[in-house]
Amino acid sequence: MPKPIEATNDFVVKFANVNGSGSASANELFARSILRMGVPIASRNIFPSNIQGLPTWYEVRVSGEGWLGRRGGVDLMVAMNPQTWDKDVASIDPGGYLFYDSSKPLPPSKFRPDILVIGMPLTEICNRTYTDPRQRQLFKNIIYVGALTALMGIGAEVVESLIREQFKGKERLLEPNFKALHIGRDYASEHLEGLCKLKVERSDLVGDRIFLEGNDAIGLGCVYGGASVAAWYPITPSTSVAESFNAHCRKLRVDPETGENRFAIVQAEDELAAIGVVIGAGWNGARAFTATSGPGISLMQEFFGLAYFAEIPAVVFDIQRGGPSTGMPTRTQQSDILLCAYASHGDTKHVLLFPEDPRESFDFAAEALDLAERLQTPIFVMSDLDIGMNQWLCEPLAWDEARRYDRGKIMTAEMLESGMDFGRYLDVDGDAIPYRTLPGTHPTRGAYFTRGTSRDRYAKYSEEGAVYVDNMQRLLRKFETAKLLVPKPVVHQAARKARFGVIYFGSTAPAMAEALDALGKRGLWVDAMRIRAFPFSDEVIEFVNAHEQVFIVEQNRDGQMRTLLINEGAIDPARIVSIPHYDGAPITARFILAEVAERLGQLEPRLEGAAE
Amino acid sequence: MSYLAKPKFRHKGLEQNALGFTHRDYEGAISTLCAGCGHDSISAALIQACFELDIEPHRVAKLSGIGCSSKTPDYLLGQSHGFNSVHGRMPSVLTGANLANRELIYLGISGDGDSASIGIGQFVHAVRRGVNMMYVCENNGVYGLTKGQFSATADTGSKSKAGGINADSPIDLVSLALIAGATFVARSFSGDKTQLVPLLKAGIAHKGAAVIDVVSPCIAFNNHAGSTKSFDFVRAHNEAVNRLDFLEGREAIKLDQAPGTVEDVVQHDGSVIRLHKIRDDYDPRDRVKAMDYLQQRHAAGEMVTGLLYLDPEPRDLHAGLNTVKAPLNRLDERALCPGAAALTALNDEYRAG
Repeated sequence: MPKPIEATNDFVVKFANVNGSGSASANELFARSILRMGVPIASRNIFPSNIQGLPTWYEVRVSGEGWLGRRGGVDLMVAMNPQTWDKDVASIDPGGYLFYDSSKPLPPSKFRPDILVIGMPLTEICNRTYTDPRQRQLFKNIIYVGALTALMGIGAEVVESLIREQFKGKERLLEPNFKALHIGRDYASEHLEGLCKLKVERSDLVGDRIFLEGNDAIGLGCVYGGASVAAWYPITPSTSVAESFNAHCRKLRVDPETGENRFAIVQAEDELAAIGVVIGAGWNGARAFTATSGPGISLMQEFFGLAYFAEIPAVVFDIQRGGPSTGMPTRTQQSDILLCAYASHGDTKHVLLFPEDPRESFDFAAEALDLAERLQTPIFVMSDLDIGMNQWLCEPLAWDEARRYDRGKIMTAEMLESGMDFGRYLDVDGDAIPYRTLPGTHPTRGAYFTRGTSRDRYAKYSEEGAVYVDNMQRLLRKFETAKLLVPKPVVHQAARKARFGVIYFGSTAPAMAEALDALGKRGLWVDAMRIRAFPFSDEVIEFVNAHEQVFIVEQNRDGQMRTLLINEGAIDPARIVSIPHYDGAPITARFILAEVAERLGQLEPRLEGAAE
Repeated sequence: MSYLAKPKFRHKGLEQNALGFTHRDYEGAISTLCAGCGHDSISAALIQACFELDIEPHRVAKLSGIGCSSKTPDYLLGQSHGFNSVHGRMPSVLTGANLANRELIYLGISGDGDSASIGIGQFVHAVRRGVNMMYVCENNGVYGLTKGQFSATADTGSKSKAGGINADSPIDLVSLALIAGATFVARSFSGDKTQLVPLLKAGIAHKGAAVIDVVSPCIAFNNHAGSTKSFDFVRAHNEAVNRLDFLEGREAIKLDQAPGTVEDVVQHDGSVIRLHKIRDDYDPRDRVKAMDYLQQRHAAGEMVTGLLYLDPEPRDLHAGLNTVKAPLNRLDERALCPGAAALTALNDEYRAG
């Protein structure tokens, strides 16, 4: 038996449960009690495509240093699911802990000699205390939360105050929950005292940070960004975007005098109709969005081509999941990049934004609504299941009161009246963005016919080759304009001059931050760049060219961002090395550290030589 | 060619409507369809209907999918915005447009390929949502642009120009519209302008999902013996249950026909649909009986035309969604953005510690 892991404010707890057993809220109570102690956490649900019965996990990363990615490994496994017992036990780090329900004796072969086992007869205690089977199940969860918090040194008052907040307005539920909590705590102090060396110490490292899901942040960002029409079709993991938009609108967008809604939400019959509604609304001057995932993006392809070619604003939130096909519907990936960048038949290119967390999801949601109208084209916000469906600790949301929506180039009745020349596809300002008119603007001027077929600068149908090419070239120039408008990359220079660089984006960010820190501690200096948008700003290509070699870490098999970089930046493929992670679980700091360190070792026999 | 402009010349003596517009103000580009195409008659009827209703042309938005029928919005209402979208998806685009600005008149123009095949789902769902629109299906039972394949509305046993016999059952858009909950359902014939124009007027004025199936023979590919969508066949089997006049509220309402054969249906906005009954026992307000009658006559080989169903008190999508009266596309930051103070309160709700 190796020495048991001793750690304060820095460990990983994983709960293995059965889906639908009521464990989710108890596990969240555990996680929030650590936050309430002032210690940062990152929690992630790993759940099946199922309503009841299949295995589900909840992982809590406790990090006083504030690392919010997955670390990798498990220090304490709370094994509540017999179906997954063997794998769960096997996944514990040597010297780690196994907490389990010891009501029924298990043969020694079911355990490992190199871990510390903490047994508690949960079922027996519940059967003794409760008669109702449902109560037995639900309070079992609260009892283990009680025991765990006691073992880790989290005060009863911390958990109690959270329970009190949770059941505000349902006070009759307080007593039974307190009772269960204390059954757990009392058992732990009587029988398990001193067994667990993973401790939580009160701190003040959480600050004023908030804890929210990316999909919720998008819904709220769409309210702030002025979306008034939403159309969607239910699909995991994007569904809660529309639900969040609806919930926030009901609080924030109802006319106080009439009770009428300043928003319209349509649950469409499929994803094709959802994007059709968005395009119709965008054409007619309302800010509109849809939220979907890979399969929905596949279905919407024809419409994306229309919106690109006819130049209609639309915002699409792609909460990516594991593909291809139905793939891994409840697991995370970043595997729709090429599908979105070049969506639809013919020559197309689309604007993509890559938020790193819920806070940036909020910002980019509002930003995307501006960009869509400014550029008159679909804007894709590329979130994923990890950001979208997990609560993340992040900086508070901010909104500049002076901010005005950028409605883009809309020719008004007054402008038409003043005799301005209106050509729907005419580049008057040299930025390749034409003016548009909204239906119903002027009795005799500014009407035009929108179509997906080729036409001239004045929107007149034309099959002339030169006219078609003229328009396609302008669309390319418009993409150059987009380059100047989209969020720039974020570059982290290493503490010393580095020969190598690493590129990442989206939900990889927190694991990368921790990995970079660990690399630096080993004397391995790499510069890092987080891509935030496509088309790539010049800075992105400059970063690649400024390093001997760059690694690109992405959560897909084929290195899709690498392909996009090579293609759009005319970069020698040998300069960019792919580090793919695509098993459906969020990427970990340990994985990145090992992969980058190994490759640096291959590039340079003396590891320290990576730094100059 | 549709990009040819029409001559601007207009005769001084042209009739004007209440707004001072002439027919010419409701016309569009020159049609590129075949000479004699039924669709051009429907365009002419639409122009007539808009002229007679004194609609400001620019307050109409005309949307379509893909196909011969879907080209026709270009041939009418040249001062209106038009949107030739993608095949079978006009209903969703129109729904979005309508949500953005409830004040315009929405004209959805489609064909049988667009509505009964590739777009049958969108057609049904736009209707069941009660989108305030007039949805016209220019129905010829054939794919014209791809040269003569059967469409889903072709009758069983009908013969294609190339000689093939259709073995599949037809989709009846009128029955489909009734089942889906359309609040105004009619069928007419492109060759019968006196029946069609008042139906179009009533359909435009209807404040809900109005569906008009207009049988419109394809002169090039579906006007031969053995076709059930030819001019001759339709004329021989057309069974009109009523004819109507559409009267706007401000017009004097007087009956000058024998009681019992004429009935006025007053709509929510005060306009009146005056039914001249051809079949005394046909009540267009009874949806279930209408469906029953349609099936009976279809079994007898007849095609029922006229106003088939009307709910004078329709509820549209905006009513269902309880949206504000002002068009959503006109709301600004003050109406849409909750502001920084509200966000501070939200941050407190989301506070972690």
